[in-house]
Amino acid sequence: MSHSFDEISQQLKRRHRKSTRLKWITMGSLGLAGLFLVLFFADMLNKGLPAFQQAYIQTEISYTQEAETDGRQAFDEELLPLISRTVVRVIPMELRNNPDMIGTSEEQWVLANSEVDQYLKGHRHRLSEEEQEALDARVESGQVDLRFNTTFFGSGDSKIAENAGILSAVVGTIMTMIVTLAISFPIGVMTAIYLEEFAPDNRLTQIIEININNLAAIPSILFGLLGLAIFINFFGVPRSSPLVGGMTLALMTLPVIIISTRTALRSVPESIRHAGFGVGCSRWQVVRDHVLPLAMPGIMTGSIIGLAQAMGETAPLIIVGMVAFIPDVGVSFTNAATVMPAQIFTWAGEPEQAFVEKTAGGILVLLTILISLNAFAVVMRKKFERRW
Amino acid sequence: MQTNQLLLIFCSALLLLGLLAFFAGRSKATRLRSAGTAMFAQPDQYAWFTVLSTAGPAVVVSALGAFVLLLMGADIPTLYLLAASLVIAAIGLLVSLNQVKPDFHARQAIERVIRMTLAGAALISILTTFGILISIISEALRFFQMHSFWEFITGTTWNPGASFLASAGRGDGSGAEFGSVPLFAGTFMITAIAMLVAVPIGLLSAIYMSEFAPRKVRTVAKPVLEVLAGIPTVVYGFFAAITVAPIIVNIAGFLGLDASYNNALAPGIVMGIMIIPFISSLSDDVINSVPDSMRQGSLALGMTKGETIRDVVVPAAMPGIISASLLGMSRAMGETMIVVMAAGMRPNLTANPLEDMTTVTVRIVAALTGDQEFESAETLSAFALGLVLFVITLALNLVSVLMIRRFREKYRVNNL
Repeated sequence: MSHSFDEISQQLKRRHRKSTRLKWITMGSLGLAGLFLVLFFADMLNKGLPAFQQAYIQTEISYTQEAETDGRQAFDEELLPLISRTVVRVIPMELRNNPDMIGTSEEQWVLANSEVDQYLKGHRHRLSEEEQEALDARVESGQVDLRFNTTFFGSGDSKIAENAGILSAVVGTIMTMIVTLAISFPIGVMTAIYLEEFAPDNRLTQIIEININNLAAIPSILFGLLGLAIFINFFGVPRSSPLVGGMTLALMTLPVIIISTRTALRSVPESIRHAGFGVGCSRWQVVRDHVLPLAMPGIMTGSIIGLAQAMGETAPLIIVGMVAFIPDVGVSFTNAATVMPAQIFTWAGEPEQAFVEKTAGGILVLLTILISLNAFAVVMRKKFERRW
Repeated sequence: MQTNQLLLIFCSALLLLGLLAFFAGRSKATRLRSAGTAMFAQPDQYAWFTVLSTAGPAVVVSALGAFVLLLMGADIPTLYLLAASLVIAAIGLLVSLNQVKPDFHARQAIERVIRMTLAGAALISILTTFGILISIISEALRFFQMHSFWEFITGTTWNPGASFLASAGRGDGSGAEFGSVPLFAGTFMITAIAMLVAVPIGLLSAIYMSEFAPRKVRTVAKPVLEVLAGIPTVVYGFFAAITVAPIIVNIAGFLGLDASYNNALAPGIVMGIMIIPFISSLSDDVINSVPDSMRQGSLALGMTKGETIRDVVVPAAMPGIISASLLGMSRAMGETMIVVMAAGMRPNLTANPLEDMTTVTVRIVAALTGDQEFESAETLSAFALGLVLFVITLALNLVSVLMIRRFREKYRVNNL
């Protein structure tokens, strides 16, 4: 069977077309992955940015005698369904502390409730027709306004949507991360130094190496089971505390730090070690004075990345009980606390519409912190990277 | 006295002893040296040696004592324990000061201590694995004493029912069934959906990045894809539940299908997106390390670039690609937050991804976040599920490691 030249060149064209098609398909799938990323961030920004603003209403608070027992008496009756319960609740206490305020009145911007907030932002709400009209009139006269949400950044969790903030979770995250880093950084670096610089190449070393690689791939929830069974039930570490959360996360971060530290140590050229031994240094002296300082940027980068990973981890923390409801900001290692991802998880479970926005707002805060940590790590690596 | 105060006093006493050891050791060594004797080590090294032998045994003894105190509930008063440790520290100080002699190798002694400390740190990772194994297996065994292993593996009804009442002394816990098949079916279904999304996109992206893309695109695209892996899973869970699930319900409704808001498709797809970078990154590395001579040979035979990739490069990289996919799969099976937030709670044995299904990890979380007694069968069932999960992911990881090793040996690549 023979083909004419025309047929062969036709065939060739077809084959090249196929080749080009493969190029476009592969490019398209990369584009698709990128598109997911863009859509995801657009969606989160769209949902979360409104959380940084909060509705406030300007009103006259009249500190009457009755208001001392019933805070509602201090406000215009028409406004009561619109302002936050938290504002009303504190009035009697305030009056009891400052009795000479009774009889006076004051023009103030007070926190509106979440329904007003959602209405102003154009989301789903449960305001009645009359309430909407009253509100619209006040928007016209400039007595209702969206302002920067200081509550969100300045207070702890609350069951009342407009009063819920992320600060207690941020503090909890910081406490937990301190524990995590304090445990995993020294142990991780020491393990890596041992494996890379000291360990003889024997069975035990190989087992440790295989084991570390395996630990890195174990589902995070199993670390939670370990934390529950061993740290809490066996050693009696207080449940829900940053201590137990940090210890659990430390075990999870350990392989990340070990692996990145080993890479950093391996990239220090042998000649440095030879020079050290040549002038009579002991092995530890070479490591401490020459290898470690050169490997430090790499070690720090790896640790920061491991820390960022631990910061976003939720599953093991849920198992050790770190989904507690924490309204007050507490700086303690042994009291119940919550962390940012756990706070996001709790808010995501709240049925109210206003909490969707809170959740997305919390996500934006978390993502900002994680991305800046990672960016910092990358910049550090770029700055201190050395080619030998 | 409070334990905290005791500890504070102990620590400061130990610190003082340590300082004393340092200066005493150093001054003795300096004195010896200035007397003109040649010594094996520097004065500072002698000083550190005395510090180590003062504080080391004391810390070890007190830690051991605390351990025994916690573990066996032994009744050693903290005061006596700490006092004994301090006495040991003092003895250590005297003995080591006595050791400061010209013919003593202080540096090597320090070296030995440091080597032992480092090896001890390395053992912690092994202890962690053992900790996971022991904690899971011992609790799982208790569960299997209550319910048969066979029923757990083959049963098709998961209904913990009132088992928590039984442990509280009310009811007999009968009627509780722990058949894990529906849970694993849910896990496999969601994992399969995730792999259907992640493997094609991840692999094709890797092919583009390693074979077609200009260097500039590559240096940008790779870290951008890595961002997908860095997003916390709780965020993906929220995304799946709030954004993706309603879209799927709408599309299904448009097509005349009935979809649950907790359908398996939404968490599956989102999980797939999360896994893309795991697959693309490793596949990219593997494809890059396929030797260039194979490409040159193929092109020399007149193959087009596309044919070279399809018939030469990808088959050669296959072990690595499979290994990457297995790693992604093990990650998908152990993934928790996405399914907890977006998948259902109802154990449901079905092949329809539009229905709600639950997974192993969802059940583990549900069993451990309730208010039940730790002893109840439902709580313990979480550990049995965890054990199976551990075995499956371990097997996947091991196969994956073996695959990549085979690839590495075949093409003599060292950087994988």
